[in-house]
Amino acid sequence: MTGPQIIFLAAAAVTLIAAIMVVTVPRLVHAGLWLILALAGIAVLFILLDNGFLAVVQVAIYIDAIAILIIIAVMLTRAVMSDTDPQINRMWLASALACLFIMAGLLGIVAQAPAASPSELVEAEVSMDALGRALVDVDGFILPFEIASVLLVAALVGAILVAMTPARGD
Amino acid sequence: MSDPFTTIGQFIKDLLIGIGIDAVVTDVALNIVGAVVLGGLVGAAAILLIWAERKLVARIQDRLGPNRVGPFGLLQTIADALKLITKEVLIPRGADRYVFIMAPLVVVAGVIGMWAVMPLAPGLIGSDINVGLLYVIAIGAIGTLGIIMAGLSSNNKYALLGAFRTVAQMLSYTVPIILALLIPVMLAGSMGMSTIVEAQRSVWFIFLAPLAAIIFFISSIAEVGRAPFDLLEAESEIVAGFHIEYSGMAFGMFFVGEFIHAFTIGALFAVIFLGGWQGPGAESFPLLGLFYFVAKSFLMYFVVIWIRGTFPRIRIDQMNSFNWKFITPLALTVFVVTAILDKLSVEAGFNRTAVLLAANAIIVLGTLFLLRTHARSLRRRLEVTDRPQIQRSEAAGD
Amino acid sequence: MVPLSWYLALAAGLFTVGLFGVLARRNAIAILMGIELMLNAVNLNLLAFWRYLWSDNLTGVVFIIVVLAVAAAEVAVGLALIISIYRRRSTVIAEEIDLLKW
Repeated sequence: MTGPQIIFLAAAAVTLIAAIMVVTVPRLVHAGLWLILALAGIAVLFILLDNGFLAVVQVAIYIDAIAILIIIAVMLTRAVMSDTDPQINRMWLASALACLFIMAGLLGIVAQAPAASPSELVEAEVSMDALGRALVDVDGFILPFEIASVLLVAALVGAILVAMTPARGD
Repeated sequence: MSDPFTTIGQFIKDLLIGIGIDAVVTDVALNIVGAVVLGGLVGAAAILLIWAERKLVARIQDRLGPNRVGPFGLLQTIADALKLITKEVLIPRGADRYVFIMAPLVVVAGVIGMWAVMPLAPGLIGSDINVGLLYVIAIGAIGTLGIIMAGLSSNNKYALLGAFRTVAQMLSYTVPIILALLIPVMLAGSMGMSTIVEAQRSVWFIFLAPLAAIIFFISSIAEVGRAPFDLLEAESEIVAGFHIEYSGMAFGMFFVGEFIHAFTIGALFAVIFLGGWQGPGAESFPLLGLFYFVAKSFLMYFVVIWIRGTFPRIRIDQMNSFNWKFITPLALTVFVVTAILDKLSVEAGFNRTAVLLAANAIIVLGTLFLLRTHARSLRRRLEVTDRPQIQRSEAAGD
Repeated sequence: MVPLSWYLALAAGLFTVGLFGVLARRNAIAILMGIELMLNAVNLNLLAFWRYLWSDNLTGVVFIIVVLAVAAAEVAVGLALIISIYRRRSTVIAEEIDLLKW
């Protein structure tokens, strides 16, 4: 058991347990906090995959923005569905069986994955500098970059419009 | 002994390997010990920070400040800490026990975690990752998470209200912080903290991007929640906000965390804009570099305290409009102008410093002109609505 | 050196757990949390494949960044919708938001 394997097993255990808690705890605020733990576990796995930039971006976007937003939304809508109401709907047994089948199928496919060792990481080609240049390169990824920014602007305008309280005099 | 840190570290490592411990285990163990020492030093520095703040604010308010416990009141903080430790930590009925206890720990962890990437001296840095600045922003916002946990778990509507407002303020002011921090990243060419310090060898970034420095400073003060942006925990406003139900050492952690956060903001400003450990003779004597870094951080911490003692508190709607209607557009403008001029001035061969300083001055003058026009139109509008009332009262009087 | 199949198995497990959350929870926000878990599982999968098989190409990293941006946009709009529904119908339970059902 080499070092990275131990770290991977620890992080994977934490992430999986946190994910299971997210979907089973009855109190939604606790579910939000377990979600943050799961996201942090994934950030650790990103670091293990030699990509510190994406790990920090994951923490900065998912934990610091999305998870906090989810917890605030839970708080704003808390009065309606108290935490003692059933949180799992009637079809939970069928869903659980379906998910188990899907997992069995996915694991079957995964077992046939190429037994690959990590290929050489050419630092100059995948550094931050190269990433920045590739994102604005005409032969690179400028089209996905621009489409993602248009999507974000649309989401920004749409979210504000949808959640806006009706203007006075309406 | 020109580089004591590396020498001591190497000595301990050789000692441990000589005993027979595996090299990798030694590395990990020494890293953990270094992290604990750094975190402990930062936490212990809070004693000095709280004393400095209380004395300075007292002098600004024309009174003496603590001067009984120890010489010049230096031991006052220790006395306060002892008092807080002996107080009972009350958990209100109906509160969420585990989240309630974890909240102050998360807040303090978020603040101390920022020190992992601070370049303290040439060659003395906790972890030299190449995305250090983004890491600082990410970990800084984990403190926000702790505040939400505190507000949610106390079974108290004032705590909830305070937590919402606090999180709204902190998340809003993260936007101008990130925009203002993009400029030094652009000027240095990397997000790594030690690279940013190295890039200031010729001229400090505060001369290349003064407006970005000011925007970063103001937004950081708002992010920490200090005066004049401290309506979230003001006793006169919302009865201490999100930490209303905390007592004893749990409250002590919030208290200490805020001061350490303010000092960390000063240290960040010193690293990013004031050249970090740079100064005459810092290359050859790393201890001198450490001294420069600490001196600059304390200078900025003094400015933070100075601002606290001078300005009145800002209302929450004023704070919101200040952020979204003034600071964020200003930060965007400065960023775009600096990006264009930085590349152009290098191509055209002009002096980068002069061009950027001139551009910043032009933006400042333009902003002041716009503010003056806006204020004048507001005043004209108020005078127009006031005049009929004056005429009416004159007509009624005679 | 961690075998690639371990990462893929973990991603599959996370995806399935998220799927269970989406299918079995009543609160709309809890469903959104399940969706976030699924998107993270996809990110993990992409990064593992990128690291082990195509680490000379930046396509994997850019793909992950775009997925991250899309997830952020989706959460923002989703939560805005949920809060808007809560204001009008005073409910966040997915079963009760059924005006368009037959």
